[in-house]
Amino acid sequence: MDLRFTAEERAFRAEVRDFIEANLPAETRQRMIEGRVPTKAQTVAWQRILNARGWAVPDWPEEHGGTGWTAVQRYIFREELQQTPAPQPLGFNTNMVGPIIIAFGTEAQKRHFLPRIRNIDDWWCQGFSEPGAGSDLASLKTRAVRDGDHYVVDGQKTWTTYAQNADWIFCLVRTNPQAAKRQEGISFLLIDMRSPGITVRPVITIDGGHEVNEVFFDNVRVPVSNLVGEENRGWDCAKLLLGHERTGAARVGVSKERLRRLKFMAGEAQENGRPLIEQQRIREKIAAIEVELKALEMTVLHVLAGGRRAGESRQADPASSILKLRGSEIAQSITELMMEVAGPYGLAAPGDPDAEGSNAPELMPEWARSAAPLYFNWRKLSIFGGTNEIQRQIMAKAFMGL
Amino acid sequence: MDFDLTEEQRLLQSNLRRLLADHYAFNRRANYQTEAPGWSRAMWGRYAELGLLGLPFAEEDGGFGGGPVETMLVAEALGEVLALEPWLSTVVLGGGLLRHGADAALRQRMVPAIAAGEALLAFAQAEPQSRYSLSDITTTARRDGDGWVLEGRKSVVLHGDTADWLLVTARSAGARHDRGGIGVFLLRGDAPGVLRQGYAMVDGQRGAEITLSAARAEAVLGNAEDGLALVERVVDEAIAALAAEAVGTMSALHAMTLDYLKTRKQFGAPIGSFQVLQHRASDMMVALEQARSMAMYATMMLEEPAAARRAALSAVKVQIGRSARLIGQQAVQMHGGIGIATEYAAGHAFKRLAAIDTTFGDADHHLRALAAEVSAAA
Repeated sequence: MDLRFTAEERAFRAEVRDFIEANLPAETRQRMIEGRVPTKAQTVAWQRILNARGWAVPDWPEEHGGTGWTAVQRYIFREELQQTPAPQPLGFNTNMVGPIIIAFGTEAQKRHFLPRIRNIDDWWCQGFSEPGAGSDLASLKTRAVRDGDHYVVDGQKTWTTYAQNADWIFCLVRTNPQAAKRQEGISFLLIDMRSPGITVRPVITIDGGHEVNEVFFDNVRVPVSNLVGEENRGWDCAKLLLGHERTGAARVGVSKERLRRLKFMAGEAQENGRPLIEQQRIREKIAAIEVELKALEMTVLHVLAGGRRAGESRQADPASSILKLRGSEIAQSITELMMEVAGPYGLAAPGDPDAEGSNAPELMPEWARSAAPLYFNWRKLSIFGGTNEIQRQIMAKAFMGL
Repeated sequence: MDFDLTEEQRLLQSNLRRLLADHYAFNRRANYQTEAPGWSRAMWGRYAELGLLGLPFAEEDGGFGGGPVETMLVAEALGEVLALEPWLSTVVLGGGLLRHGADAALRQRMVPAIAAGEALLAFAQAEPQSRYSLSDITTTARRDGDGWVLEGRKSVVLHGDTADWLLVTARSAGARHDRGGIGVFLLRGDAPGVLRQGYAMVDGQRGAEITLSAARAEAVLGNAEDGLALVERVVDEAIAALAAEAVGTMSALHAMTLDYLKTRKQFGAPIGSFQVLQHRASDMMVALEQARSMAMYATMMLEEPAAARRAALSAVKVQIGRSARLIGQQAVQMHGGIGIATEYAAGHAFKRLAAIDTTFGDADHHLRALAAEVSAAA
């Protein structure tokens, strides 16, 4: 048992760090340090820089553009991106629709879509959740009826992240309402967002941001060639995502970077003429989060190094659920503390400081500006990707036999 | 990075677990507690036969050359059965002080006896006023001819009542809180001037109050004026061992609780079918995983430079304390009445976990130490 990174792994980390330092646009980085979401243009530009270097999709098989890195190297790469911070890979492209097409797609689908996914020539969004199908995803109702060479899709998706940016949406749709089991009548369809009959309606979240949307389908015609896998076997595609390596859900690098930011903020904020970070109570809260984050990081490394069974089968180890649970809770506790540290200026809601005519930059300190929006926005972390209660349920049923 | 155990380590783990399965059922443990020293001499002999007592010592001193990982495995297995014997005080604490502080002649004199199970050691460090501070020492060491004479009071000395040898911190120079001026002295447990009053502790371990009146030391470990770094290092090794022991205890307690949830029926159903209890069991599982991760982290950090090591072990102790409290309390709660009955194992595991939190600084103590290092720039 040797729990240290090897010399090769440390050299790899240095190589990745140097590349990011040399190539990440300063403006993008600063925006992220401030706790704001990168723009579409910034995310796309960065992904193309990585793609040109051959690092766009480290998790994919090499024949489709993957890097052939070990699990530990992929972790280091992701952690360096997170810690810089640089825009995260667009997960809908690289972690979701890409791997599904690789696993279940036709040769034609792979040839056409995969290079475009890697380079974000197409921005993808995910059409899974519906108003009546959240944690209970298999109850989804959007239906697709076969009509010659097309499916005709009717229904509604919701919580669709960045549908406003998207060129394509991958959807779970019901193709056989009579199936004995609900999961057996579902298919996986790729749908062009420019198709007639699609309407996108923004859902503005409590932080004031526009990340999620409702997407309505009204007699949308989708070529049968856009079916991935077999008709009525779309649930297999969805399950592939669940079985995917889940150490990313721990978001260790993101939390490390946010902790650094939190400490910076606590050095700027003052009370009685002294920086807040001199207060014992604040220091103890920060130290407590650092302890939790260290424990989480060790669990992630344990999974990565294959010292446990998670790599082989999700069923054998509750690590995925634990990582999701702790990763989200820790990230949320950091934003909660950011809100506390920001104090009165945390209450001002000046909107996007880059927007035309915004007076936010003159009116308030930069460090306090995004504390509240991030606190509000990151409540999503314990809701999406299987709520934390669902994770507890999975652990109790699948791993403890309760 | 490699989390796998070697073949030898696996063998050690399975041999020890088999020994404990054969001899440390919960009712046997209750019997051991009533034996004369408050634990089992027979088990101590078996540990010696298995090689546990000489494990971390260098081969040239008469040991078996084990490292932090071996210690972790032993501690975890002993924690699973709530073992009562003075392994921590003899091998990890006393043994650690000798390994890192004694010269070769002294090591070669002491280690074979320890490995054979013939020498019990105790670390007399805390004093009535010192709480968790390692440098708050009023016991004095005075030069007397070639040797040292000790004067003072040591409190809650783990297994201090039966130890053949005491390792005592005492001040040869400096004022009460000074980091300098502290030495670690080796005394015979029955030396003239050593008064020991033993007692049972809440978790079934033994403790002692020790008064030293012109008690003569056999040796000083290293320099009599700068022993604090040695003490800190060995306390960190003890924290790592306690963390692993706590993981063993928590793991056993979690398993015990799951069994109970599956068998205990109320309202016509196993109580484990109730979602509120399922989620608590999941929270226990998360807490156990965090503790396990930090016990491994402790093992990994023991050889690092002092500042990094101390911060890491403080972080470990915080997590262990918090996980232990959650798992201990929830286990008792989910067992209901039987959880607080002395005839059943769960309550004893709960008590041992509470004691581990208090030993060498509780979660809050170590959190304060970490908080002192927090800065805006890092």
